[in-house]
Amino acid sequence: MIRRLVARPTGLFAVVVLGLLVVLAAVSLVWTPQDPFRADPFHQWASPSPAHWFGTDAAGRDIASYLLAGTRTTVLVAVGSGVIASVVGIVLTAVGSLTARWVREGTAVLLDVLVAFPTLLTAMLLTAVAGGSLGVVVVSVGLSSGVTIARVARGEIRRIARSDYVTAARASGVGGSGVLFRHLVPNAAPLFTVQLSLAMATAVLAEAGLSYLGYGAGSDTASWGSMLADLQTYIGVHPWSATWPGAAIALVVAALSLLGDAVRDATDPRLTTGDRTGRNRAPAGPGVTA
Amino acid sequence: MTDATGGLEVRGLTVRSPGRTILDDVSFTVPPGRRLGVIGASGSGKSMTSLALMGLEPTGATVSGSIRLDGTELVGLPDRERARHRGSGIAMVFQEPATALDPLRRVGAQIAEPLRLHRGLDRRAARAAAVELADAVGLPDPGSLLRQYPHQLSGGQRQRICIAMAIAGEPSYLVADEPTTALDVTTEARILDLFAGLRAGMVFVTHDLAVLARIADTAVVLDAGRIVEEGPVASLLASPQHAATAALVDAARATARRTAP
Repeated sequence: MIRRLVARPTGLFAVVVLGLLVVLAAVSLVWTPQDPFRADPFHQWASPSPAHWFGTDAAGRDIASYLLAGTRTTVLVAVGSGVIASVVGIVLTAVGSLTARWVREGTAVLLDVLVAFPTLLTAMLLTAVAGGSLGVVVVSVGLSSGVTIARVARGEIRRIARSDYVTAARASGVGGSGVLFRHLVPNAAPLFTVQLSLAMATAVLAEAGLSYLGYGAGSDTASWGSMLADLQTYIGVHPWSATWPGAAIALVVAALSLLGDAVRDATDPRLTTGDRTGRNRAPAGPGVTA
Repeated sequence: MTDATGGLEVRGLTVRSPGRTILDDVSFTVPPGRRLGVIGASGSGKSMTSLALMGLEPTGATVSGSIRLDGTELVGLPDRERARHRGSGIAMVFQEPATALDPLRRVGAQIAEPLRLHRGLDRRAARAAAVELADAVGLPDPGSLLRQYPHQLSGGQRQRICIAMAIAGEPSYLVADEPTTALDVTTEARILDLFAGLRAGMVFVTHDLAVLARIADTAVVLDAGRIVEEGPVASLLASPQHAATAALVDAARATARRTAP
């Protein structure tokens, strides 16, 4: 599967970028070029140089080191929100599609209401209760992504449950759990993967946004979001400095969103196996490259 | 609950969805090994008859009346018990073989599933039995064909897979809902030969009178959810009594005239 994944340009891009991100996050635990938090009043706004690869900021801190330290926050946010979104998404999808009729239709209404609940509001509420921290970002983004995933996945499960092949499987005697694990779950998995990768991408963006607004990491945690918030104030004078965290965020978000599509394409037999008859070619949907 | 008569006995089968009666007091009997045709225009209740026989009517529909399979009453059974009869007592072949197979599973696995369920075979034995079954339904080179995914097969091959799936549990009855409508004429003829060679009794739903004449001895005509006429296929076609039957026969004659050389 990995070979099929990297055979596509989008898959290769996603794997390389995200692989690099994880490696850099691991490296940053033991080594950064400089101390990312050490202010140096004699070298404010230094240009890129061998000592400061990406230059320094208003306090003379090394941008490259700070960026590197921020990878940990990005990985933590993406993975943490992804895990929470998966758990919340799977539970709500199951309750919303496999239970008694009134329970699942009640869940559908609940999901529609919850989807309208802004992530920012959740973050503000959590901050009011628990105080500002990275955990607030992870939990609030995870919850709202989980609700979005459940809303889409519920519809998909209901559609598959009514499909001819599920009816045919039931007609041949396959019972509830057989239908669930051999037909419903595998056929809903591609959509789930795509939604999850989008949720992780959204989480990275939302961390930047929430940190910008002061709901995310404190000043003792290096984060690309708070970095961007600091540096963009000076963008008219020192345009280069804000570009680094901006580009890093954009790159990771793009890689995460493409990863889902690439995984889906790499696991769909209609796209990866030959067609003996030459007919019945699967239509190339949006997001299908190569 | 059992009585001496075997076979499939349907008495007063009625299906209602909220505000509408889809099937109204449908009764017929199919002795073991015999084939009954069910004909009618679109919307006459043919497909609902098949689904109700399987106990797979859509949610919200209520079924009343009686369906007895070899003396056992099926209507009103809890779904868990009803499921035990599906595939082994009575199985079904669907109209559209392109959508009746799971696109993500190899066709061999889809045949093996009912084999493991009904014959209690382990994985290896089920695989061997699937090859035998594929061979029995006339699939070429079953060993490699069963490793394919549904989209890699032709329409006729896919319908043969569906038939293999349906007969895997050695059902005494088979419900076939327009199983050749989605196929080309040559393939249709071969698939009909395959059906005609099966041992199972059959409820064969079709709107095509040529198919009916080929597969069934007796038939019932459905119109707006009711049986309006029944009898031997030959006499139904030669001297239709009800307007709905006559309309089907006329339409078939008109098509035959248009397509005649």
